[in-house]
Amino acid sequence: MSKVLGLTGDGAVAYAVKQCNVDVVAAYPITPQTLIVEEFSEYVHNGEVHTEFVCVESEHSAMSACIGASLTGARVFTATASQGLALMHEMLYIASTLRCPIVMGVVNRTLSAPINIHCDHSDMMGSRDCGWIQVFVENAQEAYDWVIQAFRIAEDPDVLLPVAVNLDGFILSHSLEGVRVLDDEEAEKFVSTRKPVLTIDPDKPITVGAICFTDFYFETKRQHVDAMDNSPKTISKVNDEFAELTGRRYGFIDTYEMEDAEAAIICLGSTAGTAMAVAKSMRAKGKKVGVIKPWVYRPFPTEQIIKAVENLKALAVLDRACSVGAPYGPLCSDVIAALYREGIKLNLFNVIYGLGGRDIRPTDIEAIFNEALEVAKTGVIKEPLKFVGVRE
Amino acid sequence: MLLVIASETQISVRIQDFGHFLGKVIFPIGIENRLISDESEVVLEEIRLLIEIRWHGRGGQGVVTASRLLAHAALLDGKYVQAFPEFGPERRGAPVIGYTRISDEPIMIHSHIYNPDIVVVVDPTVMSSVDVTEGLVEDGIVVANAEESPDSLKDRLGIERAKVYTVDAKRIALDILKRPIYNTAMLGALIKASPLVTLESISKVVMERFPGTIGEKNVAVIKRAYEEAKGIE
Amino acid sequence: MSESKPGWKSIPIAGILLEPGSAMKYKTGSWRAFRPVIDEEKCIGCFLCWIYCPDGAVIREEKSVKINYDYCKGCGICANECPAKAITMVEEKR
Ligand code: SF4
Ligand code: SF4
Repeated sequence: MSKVLGLTGDGAVAYAVKQCNVDVVAAYPITPQTLIVEEFSEYVHNGEVHTEFVCVESEHSAMSACIGASLTGARVFTATASQGLALMHEMLYIASTLRCPIVMGVVNRTLSAPINIHCDHSDMMGSRDCGWIQVFVENAQEAYDWVIQAFRIAEDPDVLLPVAVNLDGFILSHSLEGVRVLDDEEAEKFVSTRKPVLTIDPDKPITVGAICFTDFYFETKRQHVDAMDNSPKTISKVNDEFAELTGRRYGFIDTYEMEDAEAAIICLGSTAGTAMAVAKSMRAKGKKVGVIKPWVYRPFPTEQIIKAVENLKALAVLDRACSVGAPYGPLCSDVIAALYREGIKLNLFNVIYGLGGRDIRPTDIEAIFNEALEVAKTGVIKEPLKFVGVRE
Repeated sequence: MLLVIASETQISVRIQDFGHFLGKVIFPIGIENRLISDESEVVLEEIRLLIEIRWHGRGGQGVVTASRLLAHAALLDGKYVQAFPEFGPERRGAPVIGYTRISDEPIMIHSHIYNPDIVVVVDPTVMSSVDVTEGLVEDGIVVANAEESPDSLKDRLGIERAKVYTVDAKRIALDILKRPIYNTAMLGALIKASPLVTLESISKVVMERFPGTIGEKNVAVIKRAYEEAKGIE
Repeated sequence: MSESKPGWKSIPIAGILLEPGSAMKYKTGSWRAFRPVIDEEKCIGCFLCWIYCPDGAVIREEKSVKINYDYCKGCGICANECPAKAITMVEEKR
């Protein structure tokens, strides 16, 4: 029987990792990821897990140790945030192209300067091309559920890619919520143990990380792209099995009231929940608004988003990161690229919000919905890229 | 959101939209399901009792712990919860704010709380530097750690339409815990002001969080604060 | 040149080399324009050349050294480092 525990977002991640038979965790603490490392090291200290916990001196070393451990066939987890992810940057690419199925919790926090410990998505967006599968969650329950599914997705022989599960710093990481957890046995059965394909083994030597010049690098990268392109099959399969086990259904995107929506918001993470709450109250007043929340950001859910916007007249794309100098924020650029590829012309505008942890208020969201409804009605976009919540 | 305030003879339901007061329905106990107008019936179809609580105190006083203990207790009572601090520079003695949301259905909203239904003031001295009633909904509740009577505090805060409860948490804490830690006393006073959770469940979570004598003493603090807290409409 | 090599669908994943020691097949000796020649008389057996050789082409013996010309690429580092000036770089005649 499953039970409900009061857990913070970070606590939910640590609890999931505890239940997933993880062999090695190498991590360096950084706010607001600290609770994951603290709580997990307590599990290690209390003998509740068999995990080898490696205290490293930096995030660069953390990811390096994870790569080494993963190559031996171990199941590996780490977690970081912000500057930590930035320091890992070069190792992120190595982990993914060496096809190490590492699972990482990224507790989204902005990047300095000025120094700030609060939430935005600059950290993951700065590394979004690192070739990892990337998931964003709305609440602590989703953080727990996706970490468990992430091991299955990452380690599937058809995928063999690392997975980053992103949760909003403080807003989720330090917020206590009720989380329905699996029994240890159920979780263990679901994740099973890793069955590695190629490992480094003194008895059966192989060479990993050898230099690849102009003659083979491109081919290796092309394989990496292929693995990402193939991952949706596995992601869906794991989502299905998880739904069967828990009754909680995940997919590439979550939608709220999209069937007959005229205007919608698409955004990542916890903001999607607030947007749904606002949509609910606006629906009660007869306003046809909806929400699209991509759970999976890489591979980008082009097909699912196209389907969701079928009947839509206007879309507001919310980015909690900005790509300085680019025409739009990162999520918006992806959405536009996806629509363009399918030949769909949809009136949309981009909203940059919540940088450095600036709270996005229900009233802000309501104003964005109203603006999108106005665009739906008139077809006129006044501001293609706007900043909400910043003082003029 | 609907805020239900029940007395022995009547239930008043406030209809709010993220703190914007939309209306209020008062009806005698026993006719909850037969509502006065068609319009209110539509709204009440999706009745959800989301209560938003804001905690004020100082770093090191267990404000965040109190906000979480309340959430844990509400979880035991089968509610949906959220408890989170507003993070500033977390220094001992600096004013801090914590939030708790309790609801009968899953909580989707993840913003700060701007229009709390209830404000709990854990540290009496923050009232001089922080406007603790900011954004408080009409007919909301203030529960404060104060030696003075609720009347006098209500006057001092200059709030008209709010229930005010006070309890001398400092004396209770010093008597029982021998230390100036007020968070658990304020939980007792809060439950008196609004029966958000049962005394049993809050006692249970306090015992889980602080096993042994510390827990027992804190439970005693909660019970005494519950008894001693006084309020006015 | 790269057209004649296998494509991404047929090579092992992640740039992994499945055959151990396959570097042995790659005879860097063909790169050599100058060949190190050791004067056994002068050699004092300090093994500095053995340490410095970037290709592991110096073979250590009891008191002196030998060069493995299959892999010696003729860089001349050994000659440069030899404190006894026992190594001379001689033009390769093929
Ligand atoms: S010439 Fe260069 S490669 Fe050849 S033995 Fe000397 S150091 Fe080694
Ligand atoms: S460096 Fe010169 S002296 Fe030393 S071992 Fe080599 S050849 Fe002999």
